Amino acid sequence: MIGSRTLIAFSLFLTLILAMAPLPNYVEAFRPDWVLIVLFYWAIALPHRVNVGSAFIVGVLYDILLGNVLGLNALLLSLVVYIAAVNHLTIRNLSIWQQALIVAMVTAFYHLVDYWIQHFLTTVYFLPELLWPTVTNALMWPWAFLLLRKYRRKLRIR
Amino acid sequence: MTPLFANGPALQIRIIVAVVLSLVLMFVDHRLKGFDSIRVYLNSLVSPILYAANLPQSMLDWSAESLSSRRSLLDENAKLRETNLLLQESVLRMQFLQRENNRLRALLESPVRQEIQKMVAEVMSVTSNPNSHQVLLNRGSLNGVYEGQAVLDENGIVGQVVDVAPTTSRVLLITDITHAIPVRVARNSVRSIAAGTGSMSRLDLNYVPHSADIRAGDLLISSGLGQKYPEGYPVAEVSRVISNESLPFAQIETKPIAQLDRIRYLLLLWPPNAPSQPAKSSLKEIQRETKELIQ
Repeated sequence: MIGSRTLIAFSLFLTLILAMAPLPNYVEAFRPDWVLIVLFYWAIALPHRVNVGSAFIVGVLYDILLGNVLGLNALLLSLVVYIAAVNHLTIRNLSIWQQALIVAMVTAFYHLVDYWIQHFLTTVYFLPELLWPTVTNALMWPWAFLLLRKYRRKLRIR
Repeated sequence: MTPLFANGPALQIRIIVAVVLSLVLMFVDHRLKGFDSIRVYLNSLVSPILYAANLPQSMLDWSAESLSSRRSLLDENAKLRETNLLLQESVLRMQFLQRENNRLRALLESPVRQEIQKMVAEVMSVTSNPNSHQVLLNRGSLNGVYEGQAVLDENGIVGQVVDVAPTTSRVLLITDITHAIPVRVARNSVRSIAAGTGSMSRLDLNYVPHSADIRAGDLLISSGLGQKYPEGYPVAEVSRVISNESLPFAQIETKPIAQLDRIRYLLLLWPPNAPSQPAKSSLKEIQRETKELIQ
């Protein structure tokens, strides 16, 4: 039997691959933040397994992959997962569309803080396109949720 | 079993540690540049993920290549033969001009221009953040790629290498908001700096006085003054000049010559004073390839 940790790590590895997969330029702006979605799911489903520490490690890897300043996504994902883990009992009891709404708000928070820190470090301007993932993440959440729940239940990850 | 009480430190403590740690990471990386030497190892650590992410695309390419019909291949071949013939003619002409230029430069006692070495690279992935325009190439320090190297496509300058791993390297495009390139108007050698705007189809010339002779349609070429880019390669074309006298400077918008949104194969350049040389094996490979192409 493969351990729960390995299976969760494997899902996060696949997520990073998905997040880096090349997309045509015109869909690029709508790319959902897969890493955020999957970490959010694990944080509300199994907060004793996936919380701030795992988010931090995944965030550093994501930063290296994106060529960002090291620690940017580590900070953002840790904060997002912290929000999810603290409120996991509440979020679990919401309906799937209400959860999608929460994901949208968290994504908006993620991208605004991301923009704010990048603006602080370099001279980027605010582009409204930055907030498209808010919509796509919310639309993707139900499917990601169902898929990951199936993965968790089938393989008895606890 | 799910523990009733979480073990280990409380969430609040963990988040505080994570926030402090990531702020320290950002400070060390951005301000002190403390990770520049380790970045190579970090990049090679994650390169399996990048290769895996690139797998579907390379498989699609491979299947498209192996499934394309005889007819289309013949057509393409004929077209390539034709362009090859035309290019050969311009190469002959260029060799003649180069010899003449070298002779003239020798008469003027200026240093003779030296050969620039090149290597073809393929784009593996494009970063998803609209605030950073970067692409990843499938050549790295093992091929002799170095930081600050100029990267071109068949039309013009694309960007420069900012990050090198053993088998991959990251290229900052000229349209990135943090990038600027020294340019010169081809028509009259007016110097300026073309800065990225964060839009793939626009570069801006900043701090140009109203009196400067720059018109829409002018070609901007690299001036080579920043020591990063070799001189004389096309960079952008001026698309709009707004001369509003109430503003201190003229606003000049330009459009990159290289098609940055559809780059696939790129050229890496090694000028004579490059800190590293292209790896021998792949250089030989390229020479063999070009020889085969010519024959």
